Amino acid sequence: MAQIKIDRLAHSYYAKPETEEDFALKEMDYLWDDGGAYALLGPSGCGKTTLLNIISGLLVPSRGRIIFDNVDVTTKTPEERNIAQVFQFPVIYDTMSVAENLAFPLVNRGIDRSEVGRRVKDMLETLELSAKANHKARGLTADEKQKISLGRGLVRYDVNAILFDEPLTVIDPQMKWQLRTKLKELHERFEHTMIYVTHDQTEALTFADKVVVMYEGEVVQIGTPAELFERPRHTFVGYFIGSPGMNILPCEIEGNKAFVAGHSVDLGANYGPVDGARLELGVRPEFVRFTEGVEAGIPVSLVSVDDVGRHRIVKVRLAQHEMNVIVPEGRALPDKLAVVFDAERCGVYANSHLLEPEDFDNQVVGYRDDY
Amino acid sequence: MIIRSWGIVMITKTINQKAWLLVLPVLLVVSLNAIIPLMTVVNYSIQDTFSPGVFFFEGTKWYQEVLSSPRFHSALGRQLLYTGIILLIEIPLGVAVALAMPRKGPWVSVCLVLMALPLLIPWNVVGAMWNIFALPDIGLLGYGLNWLGFDYNYTQQPLAAWFTIILMDVWHWTSLVVLLAYAGLSSIPDAYFQAAKIDGAGSFAVFRYIQLPKMKRVLIIALLLRFMDSFMVYTEPFVLTGGGPGNSTTFLSIDLVKAAIGEFNLGIAAAMSILYFLMTLLVCWVFYTVMMRGEDS
Repeated sequence: MAQIKIDRLAHSYYAKPETEEDFALKEMDYLWDDGGAYALLGPSGCGKTTLLNIISGLLVPSRGRIIFDNVDVTTKTPEERNIAQVFQFPVIYDTMSVAENLAFPLVNRGIDRSEVGRRVKDMLETLELSAKANHKARGLTADEKQKISLGRGLVRYDVNAILFDEPLTVIDPQMKWQLRTKLKELHERFEHTMIYVTHDQTEALTFADKVVVMYEGEVVQIGTPAELFERPRHTFVGYFIGSPGMNILPCEIEGNKAFVAGHSVDLGANYGPVDGARLELGVRPEFVRFTEGVEAGIPVSLVSVDDVGRHRIVKVRLAQHEMNVIVPEGRALPDKLAVVFDAERCGVYANSHLLEPEDFDNQVVGYRDDY
Repeated sequence: MIIRSWGIVMITKTINQKAWLLVLPVLLVVSLNAIIPLMTVVNYSIQDTFSPGVFFFEGTKWYQEVLSSPRFHSALGRQLLYTGIILLIEIPLGVAVALAMPRKGPWVSVCLVLMALPLLIPWNVVGAMWNIFALPDIGLLGYGLNWLGFDYNYTQQPLAAWFTIILMDVWHWTSLVVLLAYAGLSSIPDAYFQAAKIDGAGSFAVFRYIQLPKMKRVLIIALLLRFMDSFMVYTEPFVLTGGGPGNSTTFLSIDLVKAAIGEFNLGIAAAMSILYFLMTLLVCWVFYTVMMRGEDS
């Protein structure tokens, strides 16, 4: 078990990277707590597997250091780092039985035979594979094989971290839930630091205490699932998390008002003058509603309606911008569509990064790097 | 169709006799290129002939004669010894070379081309090459061995002849095993090696538990091909030694040709051919069944 520190880390797959574009991972600095459950979430090609392989030691970074509990492990092998990793496709040793598979990492480390037997038995029970202990691993189903891959990491009680590289890709949807619950359970029991790479937001949000959202080689936000939902710090986070994602509308800002295609929107906070940046208003479809009665709103035109069961997702057009509105079940759409935004839930983004509002004295307290 | 009820699985098949018509063209081709020639041999093996068109039924006479002939026994013994040695050398050597070959980079193609070269040379050319290469007075190998102090003359010493034939076969055919084994190795996903590294497996454990099991199928193919080819070997030893010195390298195929064309014993030669064919078939079947036992799909 270990705290993991990422110190000015950057990686490029080119031998001599020149521009920023050459880097698969842009320089980053983070501290990940001992015993935490982290998910690395992002689209394909965002650098999440690269980061995982650097942490596990399968890849040596071009720059920067990886530190486990004050020990620099940057150039150490996975074995020396004492980590376990579960891959996308289950890796099992075909010719061995289930029990032998689980014993393999212990036997390789020369652990006492009786101790190996005890731990393997315990792990078989934990994974609910006792009945198949002596079966050849080859004949098992994909999810059982993936359980074995996981078990080979867990039998080593002292591992510093367990890393998962999209481990549920080949598992049936029904089994995904079960395995995910199992993982959560195992995390609570063993308190290993776990890092879980996925492009599936449901997996990330249910598994992790903290979700690390990556986009184009950068970490754009680390936060709890609630933080990511309520206060996305980057338009990508807003767009990627949530179903459907956040509405992002180009706008202009004047004090506590935003102007979207000439229509004024209340922001509930003062942003002062903002110059030179590309400004966008972000608001989740959950926090947009259609006006009722004589209430004034911004007129929109209907594009389509998707009934997803619990609610309807209504796609509308505001001037030239498309946006989604979530309408609770059983509520009829008015004839004349106009929308209002929940002022508390609107965020302003300058060059894709969240802007902190000014305080009452018009002093800038938050993010101003970008303008 | 599969019908499940109360946990019992019943399998019923749709029967449609028209399907046989679709097999007819294949049957025709196979009968022309395999069954008819084979039947000719079968005909010769159970009849005796003195002049064209005059045949006498002899039953199993030729078979009995062949099976009780010391000449056949010794040829078969030599054949089995030869094939055994070839397999014992070429399979492990091929796997070892494949393991030593680079997995990526520009050297991969260089290695592959070098490996493929011996396989591209016509068999009789290989025999002729080694015939000259191993001559004790002018051949590089023969002259070199004698210069080093070995008394080596494959045209006169049975042991030297065997040594040369085996060396030639290893040179010619190990590449095939290498290429097959290499193909098997390259198909193993990287994750297996990474997982093994994380599990703390040493290089022998990686070989024993990952590479060897993953190579199993291609190695079965390599084994079968090398068995069949070496069991039926003819051209190369014929060109190199002609079966000599004496009869020391007269393998089954060489003996068969001697009987058929040299001595014109058509009955005996036909019976030998059938036995030869059945032996090859039997051994291949046994190999395959044993190796694939417990293998799913």
